[in-house]
Amino acid sequence: MSTFLGMPARPPRSPYGTGNLRGDEPFPRAAHQELGNAQLRRNLGRATTTIRAKRLNATGELPDWEALREAGSAIKTDALNRLPELLEQLERKVTEHGGTVHWARDGAEANEIVTRLVRATGSGEVIKVKSMATQEIGLNEHLEAAGITPYETDLAELIVQLAHDRPSHILVPAIHRNRDEIRQIFLDRIPGVDPELDNVPAHLAAAARAYLREKFMTAKVAVSGANFGVAETGTLAVVESEGNGRMCLTLPETLITVMGIEKVLPRYRDLEVFLQLLPRSSTGERMNPYTSLWTGVTPGDGPQDFHLVLLDNGRTAALADTVGRAALNCIRCSACLNVCPVYERTGGHAYGSTYPGPIGAVLTPQLAGMDAAADDPNSSLPYASSLCGACFDACPVKIDIPSLLVELRHQHTEQTGTTAEKLAMKAAAAVMKRPTLYAGAQKAAGLGRALAGRDGTISRLPPPFGGWSDSRDTAAPPRQTFRAWYASAEGRATLRAAADEHDRGPDEHTPDQGEGGMRRRDGEHAPGQGEGGTE
Amino acid sequence: MTSARDTVLGRVRDALALAPTPATAVPRGYRTGRTLPDGERLALFTDRLVDYKAEVHPCTADRTAQVVAGVLRDHGARRIGVPAGLDPRWLDAYDGEVRPDTADIPARQLDALDAVVTASAAGCAETGTIFLDGSSGQGRRALSLVPDLHLCVVDLSAVAAGVPEAVARLVPERPTTLISGPSATSDIELERVEGVHGPRRLVVVIRTDR
Repeated sequence: MSTFLGMPARPPRSPYGTGNLRGDEPFPRAAHQELGNAQLRRNLGRATTTIRAKRLNATGELPDWEALREAGSAIKTDALNRLPELLEQLERKVTEHGGTVHWARDGAEANEIVTRLVRATGSGEVIKVKSMATQEIGLNEHLEAAGITPYETDLAELIVQLAHDRPSHILVPAIHRNRDEIRQIFLDRIPGVDPELDNVPAHLAAAARAYLREKFMTAKVAVSGANFGVAETGTLAVVESEGNGRMCLTLPETLITVMGIEKVLPRYRDLEVFLQLLPRSSTGERMNPYTSLWTGVTPGDGPQDFHLVLLDNGRTAALADTVGRAALNCIRCSACLNVCPVYERTGGHAYGSTYPGPIGAVLTPQLAGMDAAADDPNSSLPYASSLCGACFDACPVKIDIPSLLVELRHQHTEQTGTTAEKLAMKAAAAVMKRPTLYAGAQKAAGLGRALAGRDGTISRLPPPFGGWSDSRDTAAPPRQTFRAWYASAEGRATLRAAADEHDRGPDEHTPDQGEGGMRRRDGEHAPGQGEGGTE
Repeated sequence: MTSARDTVLGRVRDALALAPTPATAVPRGYRTGRTLPDGERLALFTDRLVDYKAEVHPCTADRTAQVVAGVLRDHGARRIGVPAGLDPRWLDAYDGEVRPDTADIPARQLDALDAVVTASAAGCAETGTIFLDGSSGQGRRALSLVPDLHLCVVDLSAVAAGVPEAVARLVPERPTTLISGPSATSDIELERVEGVHGPRRLVVVIRTDR
């Protein structure tokens, strides 16, 4: 138990303007552009449908799936609660087994540590295992600026890197590209590739294999992320499919692993839960083809120089938020992306962050903040959702993403102070309290019909409601308010007819008369319950 | 200046003080300690391996050498690598070149091998997974990775029913590799392609009476 002198300080977010946790423009604008990309929507629609079906099969196979989710969620929550002792234990165990542990306050510091370690080996290049953490901190860009060439070895990351593109999905970063595009990227960018290369995925994969084989055989340094780090034993885990991970983790002399501090698990045994949750949630497989577990350095097997970089970069800021810290439970399986109707249509680039989709919309503002003053793209992320809840259902560690989004919307509104929307809401509250004003306002709202198109929808509202209509159509208000209709001769006649029919009871009721009528069995009529409502 | 270590740990402590949450017990209501009769375990393990495009050969222990030699012959493997501690009797019927591995053999020479034969530490029937832990019959990790064909001998008695039962058999400090089928990718339009960087073919010889 620590003793605190005074108020604990609120930990800082990832510094503004560094790394890849902020896009160039707000989500609605970015999404508008992406929505125009028919190829993207076709690829995504097919891909997410396929993974969704596979995931349901794989999770449905396990009768204890819900119990595994419960355990997974509790293990992560427990780990975050005990983070100081677990990180120290992890450090001690890795060090005992011949590894070296480094700590990085933010992405810039992590980049500097990795660069220094690579330089110390004398190597001018590194091979990389797909890693969200190094993507988040922009390690590749930093290494290139320092004159070190990073080679991505995951097939999708390679495609993205060769095309000078950005990943658009946590699990399958090049999901926005089709086989023809990939063929062209390989023809243009892989030195010495067969000019007759066709677009068959197996042939494209073979071309990547031939290209990277040479790198694997000669590289002196590898950089990886980690899916899990076990405090109890100092064991690190990388979960993958292609074998490029095994190559990087095994063949070079030096291995540098960058791991977010939230990836720690208390016990080795906890792997039994996550090795079931992760593959089934992410690719819909019973198990991914390859998982590597290593503890420090093993003489005669694998890299003899191992470094673990523990990264904060806004994670402690998220941890300091009672609601938002649940987002740190994320194991990056991408199940929430694949079920999200918003992600399925906009793709990953619209989110502007390394972490796209529902979890990205929560995690990104948590790590990097929402700047109240500027037109911060991250401020738009909590609104990049229909709050349908499919992500919550799919999440293997039961992160209540919709509630976190609502909380972030609340925080954003609190931060921004007085906005046009807020003023409008205040005005609405004032009007609703006064019946005459309310009736008048409803009449005025009828004027909205003048704005509506022939389809009865309004596609553009005047300020301050413009923000609303930018991203959705609004139904035109009805011709008549309910109060006006109720007071009219037509309204009174309709209600009287309905009441008469009701009083006749069910025996006289014929199906033909039933359309739109009210029904009530005799004796059900409770005293004082007026049938048409009284004011 | 405060070290990054102290700063980060200090931030973690501050964060937990600012947002305290109650201690959480981990409910372990999921299935553990499962057992399955040999026949069912063999059937399940085989089904899962085949589903992942692995080639499976069940046999009795005294037939190991014949089955191993047959597989290597069928795949045209003339030059194979083996861990220094592999049971030499398994190769009694093989007439190709056998190169025992040592830690100083460079990866490029492993690349010139047609196949590798290893033992295994454990298996998991429900997921079709083989566990290698670097002990003497399994060799270093590079050996089972670089050659294009991996022939792995598994004793059925070491195949657990589910993941928790299999993880319980592991020694955490050993470099451990979990293998479920051959190398695969689904990165291009989600079309599964077997064989990217790891071995493109996985053959599992299951010794059913051990």
